[in-house]
Parts: sequence; C-alpha cells; structure tokens
Amino acid sequence: MAPVLAFAAAGAVTILAVVLIVVALVFYLVSVIAQLRKITTGLDETIASVGEIVQKSAPVNDVVTTINQQLDAGVDLLEGLLVKKAGMRDAVGLVDGLYAGAAAAGFRNFPESPTTKAPRIGEVYTRGTLTLARLGREAPIAAGNPAGPALRDVERGSLAARQLYPEIRQTKPKSLARSPVIGTDAPVQYEQREDIGAPRKRLPGRVATAGPGTASSKQPRDD
Amino acid sequence: MILWWIGDLVLLAVVLPVVVHLLRGVLGAAKSIVPSVQEIAKAAAAGSKDLDAAALLETTQDQVTKTVAGVANYGGSLDVILDDA
Repeated sequence: MAPVLAFAAAGAVTILAVVLIVVALVFYLVSVIAQLRKITTGLDETIASVGEIVQKSAPVNDVVTTINQQLDAGVDLLEGLLVKKAGMRDAVGLVDGLYAGAAAAGFRNFPESPTTKAPRIGEVYTRGTLTLARLGREAPIAAGNPAGPALRDVERGSLAARQLYPEIRQTKPKSLARSPVIGTDAPVQYEQREDIGAPRKRLPGRVATAGPGTASSKQPRDD
Repeated sequence: MILWWIGDLVLLAVVLPVVVHLLRGVLGAAKSIVPSVQEIAKAAAAGSKDLDAAALLETTQDQVTKTVAGVANYGGSLDVILDDA
C-alpha cells in the first residue's frame, strides 16, 4: 500500500508541476498575443499614414523641379538683360551696390563676372537714383548725356557730375572771366554812400519816448 | 521512485522558474514595443496632415509661371527702350 501511495504522490506532484507550467505558458503567451495585436493595430495606422504621405508627396518633386527651372530662366533673363544694358563692369557694381558682397559671387551665366572689379556705385548714388538712372533718361543723372553711359564714371566722378551743370570749368577752358578788381584803384568805381562813416541816425520816435530819467537819455549809446 | 521525486523537484524548482522568466522577458519586450509603435503612428499621421499643403504647390507653380512670364515681358520691353551698354 505504501509504494502505491508513494507513486500516487509523485505522480500528483508531476501533474501539478506540468499544470503550473502550462498555466504560466498560457498566461504569458496570451498577454504577448494581446501586445502583438496592439502592435499590429499601430503598424496598420502607420502604414496608412505613410501611404498618404507617399501619395501627397508624389508630385512635389516634379512641381519643385519645374518651379526651379522657371526661376532659373527668370534669373538668366534678368542677368543677361542687366549685363547687356549696363555692361559687365557696371552690372557687377550695381549688384554689389544693392547687395554688398554679391560681386564676389558674380553672375551665374557669366564666368568672368566674379573677377570683374566692381565700381563703387552704391557709395556714389543712392539706390533710387541708380534705379532712375537705369530705367529712364528722364533721370537727372542721365539727362546730361543720353547716348553715353547712364552712370557716372566712378574714377572721375567729380568731372562726370560737373558735366551735368552748365559749362564753366569742366572742359578746362584756356581763359575764364577775370575776377573783379576791388579797391581805390579799381577800374569800376561805385558811388560812395554818404552814410558810411557818419553817425547813425536816431529814430524820432525813440528819442521822444525816452524819458529824462532813463539810462538811455543819460548815456546815449552810439551803436 | 527516488528519481521520479528528483524529476518533480527539478520540474518545480528549475523548469517552471526558467519558463516563467523567459515568458516574462518576451512579454516585457512586447509591451515596450507598443508605445513606440503608437508614437510612430502619431508622427506619420501628423506628417501626412502637414503634407496637405503640398497640393498648393500646383498654385505656386502657376503663380511662378505667370510671374516669370511677366518678368520676361518687362525684360523684353526694357530691351527695346534702353540702349545697350
């Protein structure tokens, strides 16, 4: 009887151990399955959003490429027009005057532009004057010589500026009108005024209003 | 008989704790993935919402085309009315 009970007890313990292991497996595996379901749900949402991103961003590349091409064409147009109308040197100076330091970068389609020495246009004229000078001959700065360059020569700036005014000295004439001679032996004598050197006349009203006790009546001023 | 008891003892004292430990590790790893996946889903949804304005690029493209065309017209006019350098 004792061996049978011993076998039964050992078997019961074995069964209990196996049951415990199975219970642990079931509990943890079910928990893992629940977590994996959450992960699957989250990944489904992520995939849906990523699909929307891919769909929405699909035409961006082509559109941005087209925009860049058109902007490049606009820049090429403006650079070419500026260089054509102002010349390389003045164009570089104009750009550098508007945006300090831009002359170092130069123009994209003109490889020689970075090495062109920029005149100091921005230091001579204001931005508005530059714009007027470039756009129309009505601008005062360009009215002096419509067929010539609109901007003054910065190296001989004073001469270029003086040419905008009536002829006096800018063309360096051989002789100019002499300055008038002054003094007693001057060729032109003017009528001498009688009141020069004489005592200043007093106004009658001031004498009448000044009383006998006032300081002005006691000590008349000769100023 | 003694070997059976030893087997029971090993089953309860070694196998069961090892199984539980391994399963707890798997469960912990699975739980740690869930918040990351949820954050990724939120970020993807936000990114998708931010790209709603990408459709306006078509309008931007049209505006740029018109602007460049206008600049080209002005440039052509300036080329005519201004003398070359």
